[in-house]
Amino acid sequence: MSEHAPGGGLVAHATAAAAASISVHGLTKRYGEVEAVRGIDFEVAPGEIFGFLGPNGAGKSTTIAMLCTLVKPTSGSATVAGFDVNHQRDSVRRNIGLVFQDTTLDTYLTAEQNMRLHAELYGVERELVEPRMRQVLEMVDLWERRRSAVATFSGGMKRRLEIARGLMHSPRVLFLDEPTVGLDPQTRSSIWTYIQELKAAEDITIFLTTHYMDEAEYCQRIAIMDKGVIVVLDTPDALKASVGHDRVTLETDDDAAAIAAIAERFQITAHLSEGAVIFGVASGEYFVPRLFAELDVPIRCVSVSRPSLDDVFMSYTGTTIRDAEASAGDQRRAATAAFRRSR
Amino acid sequence: MVASTATSEPTRPAAGAPLPVPAVHVPASSLRGDLRAVKIVWERELIRFSKDKLRMITSLVQPFLFLFVLGTGLSRLASAGTHGVDLRTFVYPGVLCMAVLFTAMFSAASLVWDREFGFLREMMVAPVRRSSLVLGKCFGGATVACFQGILVLCLAGLVGVPYAPVLLLEIFVLQLVLAFTITAFGVMVAARIKQIQSFMAVTQMVMMPMYFLSGAIFPVSGLPQWLTILNRLDPMTYAVDPMRRLVFNHLNISAAARRALDPGVTWWGWHVPTLLEAGVVAAIGMICLAVAIVEFSGRE
Repeated sequence: MSEHAPGGGLVAHATAAAAASISVHGLTKRYGEVEAVRGIDFEVAPGEIFGFLGPNGAGKSTTIAMLCTLVKPTSGSATVAGFDVNHQRDSVRRNIGLVFQDTTLDTYLTAEQNMRLHAELYGVERELVEPRMRQVLEMVDLWERRRSAVATFSGGMKRRLEIARGLMHSPRVLFLDEPTVGLDPQTRSSIWTYIQELKAAEDITIFLTTHYMDEAEYCQRIAIMDKGVIVVLDTPDALKASVGHDRVTLETDDDAAAIAAIAERFQITAHLSEGAVIFGVASGEYFVPRLFAELDVPIRCVSVSRPSLDDVFMSYTGTTIRDAEASAGDQRRAATAAFRRSR
Repeated sequence: MVASTATSEPTRPAAGAPLPVPAVHVPASSLRGDLRAVKIVWERELIRFSKDKLRMITSLVQPFLFLFVLGTGLSRLASAGTHGVDLRTFVYPGVLCMAVLFTAMFSAASLVWDREFGFLREMMVAPVRRSSLVLGKCFGGATVACFQGILVLCLAGLVGVPYAPVLLLEIFVLQLVLAFTITAFGVMVAARIKQIQSFMAVTQMVMMPMYFLSGAIFPVSGLPQWLTILNRLDPMTYAVDPMRRLVFNHLNISAAARRALDPGVTWWGWHVPTLLEAGVVAAIGMICLAVAIVEFSGRE
């Protein structure tokens, strides 16, 4: 229970059929003309950490909102913790914890008051409120700060408090919508530590969305979503393996000659990027000795890297997730820059 | 930078240690669960109000202006028509209602803030009836408004109204009814209006006419017909009129003055009894409450 066994993905597949924690069939959401989610199917096994990955606007948040009974599906069905999201709304709500992208804390109240309010709304038994609160607040290192007003908390502390609050009523499924968005790298990694510890300590299924590629690695299985559909769903390792090649990066004395030689000897197309020769090849570490033996251009430095989820996303959608993310931001920056120049 | 020091503080033993606490079980929907929800939403209003000392002071400004500036300033002009009664004493019941009106509406506005700051979502996803959330909010707003009303009640002696226990109790109950109705009205409006600016604009547009038409600053008999009609349609009328009667019952004034200043509300010549007036206010409150509950229950 406490560790993710290698091949956990397979185990997950096997048990999913028995009693899925989340089960989704043909789920669709349409807003007027726009089809935000276009008939998706998937299952999440009990105890799994399941990640939804994709750029903003891919339909991740809409999917999570439907699973949390916040948005009514246009068509299709879904069960969460065994309850139908369309017809057993309250039962679903009793069994899930929610951490939204935007804060939903009352910043006038203290951390403790926020926790108690939640406990009362969820009908947590009186004698369990105090110990459970202590347990979850200690888990996120906020017990000492429980009497401080939430308004004095940093972004990371607020997010941790929301996670603790989402756990207050011992949900069977915890939904985290972009749990680390807008946080600095150090805080992001500490949030992940809490999530891993939580997974080790409690019998809980965790469903999260993220658009950070590196974070998807923490999940046992990942669904990549783009333009309202699930493009692919598998374990991070399997996804990376499916891309089929490692990335080899070389620094040489004569890059142009090296690229020509690689093309001639190995029939591999290499290209120059940021002052280094880069190409993809299966089993990179076995390829490197051949490279040294057969390439007559002096090599100064070589590195081999496994395909990242960035590569996976690229190979399945034909675009990088950052490009999808950046376009909106670029326009804003360009506008700002133009404004500065004009002054 | 408080945050970063707190983040790094050493706290607990290694992760994965066995948990001492049994998992919490969330019970099925029950009346008890809904009552707990009503109570905690009510409590939250009180906690927030108690932290907002500035609001307590600022919401007293308006009653003070009406009572002491307007009341004192106009008293010489009005002395011919008041049969020797201090104008401030005359406007006092209206000012009691006004304090409640503004505070209750302000409390309802917090619902719009809750939506803007996301907290409404935390309440809306909870496995409780929406009606318990709305009820808790209305009770909370009513309690806060009543507290404000009590502050104004403390000024009674300054305008020649005696601190008779019966009078204070009667006024308190009437204030409670009014406060509840206004909060319910505000919550009903807040269910529809998403932006705080629009909410403030709408409530200003509603509150000012409600106050001026209610007879808070003039007797309600012998008015031109158009004003009589508007006055009788104004819900506030049915709070101000009984409030004035309660106060005047404890004043030592001439019958002529009583007739001129406290003529009572009539419907086609029929004097509406005090209890019925309070009933009208309460009924309007219940209707607003019902609409608010329907509005919030239908929402995602």
